[in-house]
Amino acid sequence: MGTGIRVRIATALAVIALTATACTGGSPVTGKGPGGTQGGALPREETLYTTGTQWGPPANYNPLRSWDHATGTKGLVYETLFHFDPNTGKLNPWLAESGGWKDAKTYEVKLRAGITWADGEPLTAKDVAYSYGLGKIEASSFHSLWSWLSGAEAVDATTVRFTFEEAHYQEWDFTLYGQPVVPEHVWSGRSEEEILNGVNDKPVGSGAYTLKSKSQDRVVWQRRDDWWGTKALGMTPAPRYIVDVSNPSNEVVIGQLGQGQLDLSNNFLPGASSLVKSKKVVSYYDEPPYMLSANTAWLVPNTTRTPLDDAAFRKALAASVDIDKIVKGVYGDLVKKADPTGLLPQWDSYVDKGVVASDGFSYDTAGAKRTLADAGYRDKDGDGLVENKDGSKISLKLAVPTGWTDWMEAAKVIAAGAKAAGISVTTEFPDQNALSEQRAKGDFDLVINNDRQLSNTPWTYYEYMFQLPVQKQQNTVNFGRYENPEAWKLVQRLGGVPTDDAAGMKAVTSRLQKIQLDEMPIIPLWYNGLWSQSTTGTWTNWPSDAEGAPTHAPALWRNWLEMGGFEMLTQLKPAK
Amino acid sequence: MRRYFARKLLVYALTFVVAVTVNWMIPRFMPGDPVASMVSRARVSQPEAAEAMRGYYNNLFGFDEPVWQQYLHFWGALLQGDFGISVWVFPTPVSDVLLDALPYTLGLMLPAVLLSWIAGNWAGALAARRKVLDNTVLPAGYLLTAMPYMWIAVILAWALGSKAGWFPISGGYSLDIQPSWSLDFVADLAHHWVLPFLSLFLVALGGWAIGMRNMIIYELESDYSSYLSALGAPQRLIRRYAFRNAVLPQITGLALQLGVLVAGALVTEIVFAYPGLGSLILAAIQNQDFFLLQGAFLFIVIGVLIANFVIDVVYVLVDPRTRTGMAGGQS
Repeated sequence: MGTGIRVRIATALAVIALTATACTGGSPVTGKGPGGTQGGALPREETLYTTGTQWGPPANYNPLRSWDHATGTKGLVYETLFHFDPNTGKLNPWLAESGGWKDAKTYEVKLRAGITWADGEPLTAKDVAYSYGLGKIEASSFHSLWSWLSGAEAVDATTVRFTFEEAHYQEWDFTLYGQPVVPEHVWSGRSEEEILNGVNDKPVGSGAYTLKSKSQDRVVWQRRDDWWGTKALGMTPAPRYIVDVSNPSNEVVIGQLGQGQLDLSNNFLPGASSLVKSKKVVSYYDEPPYMLSANTAWLVPNTTRTPLDDAAFRKALAASVDIDKIVKGVYGDLVKKADPTGLLPQWDSYVDKGVVASDGFSYDTAGAKRTLADAGYRDKDGDGLVENKDGSKISLKLAVPTGWTDWMEAAKVIAAGAKAAGISVTTEFPDQNALSEQRAKGDFDLVINNDRQLSNTPWTYYEYMFQLPVQKQQNTVNFGRYENPEAWKLVQRLGGVPTDDAAGMKAVTSRLQKIQLDEMPIIPLWYNGLWSQSTTGTWTNWPSDAEGAPTHAPALWRNWLEMGGFEMLTQLKPAK
Repeated sequence: MRRYFARKLLVYALTFVVAVTVNWMIPRFMPGDPVASMVSRARVSQPEAAEAMRGYYNNLFGFDEPVWQQYLHFWGALLQGDFGISVWVFPTPVSDVLLDALPYTLGLMLPAVLLSWIAGNWAGALAARRKVLDNTVLPAGYLLTAMPYMWIAVILAWALGSKAGWFPISGGYSLDIQPSWSLDFVADLAHHWVLPFLSLFLVALGGWAIGMRNMIIYELESDYSSYLSALGAPQRLIRRYAFRNAVLPQITGLALQLGVLVAGALVTEIVFAYPGLGSLILAAIQNQDFFLLQGAFLFIVIGVLIANFVIDVVYVLVDPRTRTGMAGGQS
């Protein structure tokens, strides 16, 4: 009796399951509702599918949380006063109509007239002053701004005046295109906690898109047809909808690119060069390195540990690295070998070629051995590896996060090169979070790091190398804990050089490069690419080096929408 | 009867307390510091700001209290259905994140458990009757039950997804569709569901079929069967009695299988990038999200306990011996 009922229920279940699977017929569903959303599906020809920024569910839409907000929160919804164009190295007015230094410590921004928030309220100087003022909250991530900025006030509806304690010109330009402007009338009623950590899931911004919907693995943005930029800037982003999908895995992304389901992937795909060659995807260059350069990968020695506290030893280590082997063998030419100064190609004009010629380093195993011998590192026990000056054994560990396969391979090449020069380096692959913790505490020998991205000024790189004082926790810069007061003074001086004074900047950067190459506090390896591969089935006119093509940075990575990513959207053309 | 249930409930309550305690302990004594990783992700260079942030998060997550207080708070919050705030999907409450994923996991697990049990029993019972069938079901069953979940998942994805192109191999639904109660969406959902479901179903099926076959053969050779056939009872009647007796251990086995299948579901979800609890657990581990990890495990523990309890109730209904209080509490 009991069994009879159970079997019947089960049969019903099985039938339901079978019919559910049978009625799909095995062909991909493509809903085509009019207006695109009735059938639950978006019209393919008006939608841009992107991936490569988000690794988990979209968590929040709070532009102040620039490290974990959903892709597009800053850039599509919230905007900045300026954008930065890496090609020209110039700031372009965005919400601002113009901006300039009135005197050495006063900067004034003129806003464009007629900008409105998505709720119809006008965007005024008050909103700008309010947004920058949020940095006064101690736990805010840009609190350090207010250690040298002393005031932000609205002079009239379209004028904002910033007054400075000390003018960090370089950093200020960086802030101008980095800091989002939020509507005071929406935010002023919120508690500090809500401001810093709120989800803000009904974002009201001034940008070209609004939040349409979100789910566990994607976020959908819809274009605003009354966006101010259409008139004022004469540009309109092409896609009506942008769907950013969180990264499932490389294999899945390659599959989706192959089927044309994805338009733009900003992930590192190990076989990207073969995808480009077989015309499955397009990238910025048709030949190596295929991608623009986005940041430098560095080998960071912990300068508080013997023998890494010795500049001669660090130089020998630098000369032992066979970068070409990494570029070719590990990356298949997707990256470029870094300049000895580590400055990105976009900053090439700041590289003092004379200093590099006399003090630079290159791959030279024999030279590395000589440097070690001259500095007193000898192989006393005949195992082919040198010992410390006091005769104790050297065994260094190079740690990179597990799962980062390209870095893991690169680390093996570095270890092999070091061994050939007589330096004992072994690799270890801890969990990424554990590693970032050890790195912050200074509990490591060697790590690879590429946290600093391209920006408007090489100052950001020098801050990364030399920043003092060294804290208990080094979260963002100077992981190697290298202390050189003279260099840090120079970095601060560089920060105070007006950004239009190229000669003044070069005078300082050249001195910094001399110190850097003589001391080798950190070893530049290669330029990581601005990973970007696109399909052309639905959208064309992707940025590339071809004649007449747009040259914007084709990425929606955090902070890159202000560096060309948004402009790229306005240049896309429907394929049909 | 009452005594039987009282004893069962006590065992479940104890299990739950132990599970919750272990669950609370594991992430806290794992190496790593979620607050440090959150602060370092925020890329705050200024020490005062970093300290303020660290203090804020410590306070938010209650890490600044003594351990025993954290433990009591954990229970207090738990009983109010509050699992804390996710670190990884900050600042979404863990319960929201889990409830988003739960339907996907249940949608895989329940059909896979029940259908494989039913189909497996049926196949096993048939196999016990016919030599020809036995020669196929038995090796096939052994083969299936010995297969690791992820392996069969990968094989299915390769054969039916990549090569044949019949089914999508990742995600819960297509990129170009949004969740809604439309026929399109439901069809798309079902389409994505097939492969993950199959991989769980097939592995579980093999074990049931073998178990059932052996039990039926054992029952058919037992004294009461011989006695019945000596009395000249029809073969069908004897088989029905044998089936009823053979099913009892299978029901007990179902309770045990549940826990194993949860693990299978986790692996399967990760292989197919299926947006259920399994993918969440992996992400929570990778991102040191204590609260999400705890929440997910608790969901699973509670789920398995409830399922076991249901099976106990069913057992009382189908096994007269438990009703008379002669046996019980063996499972």
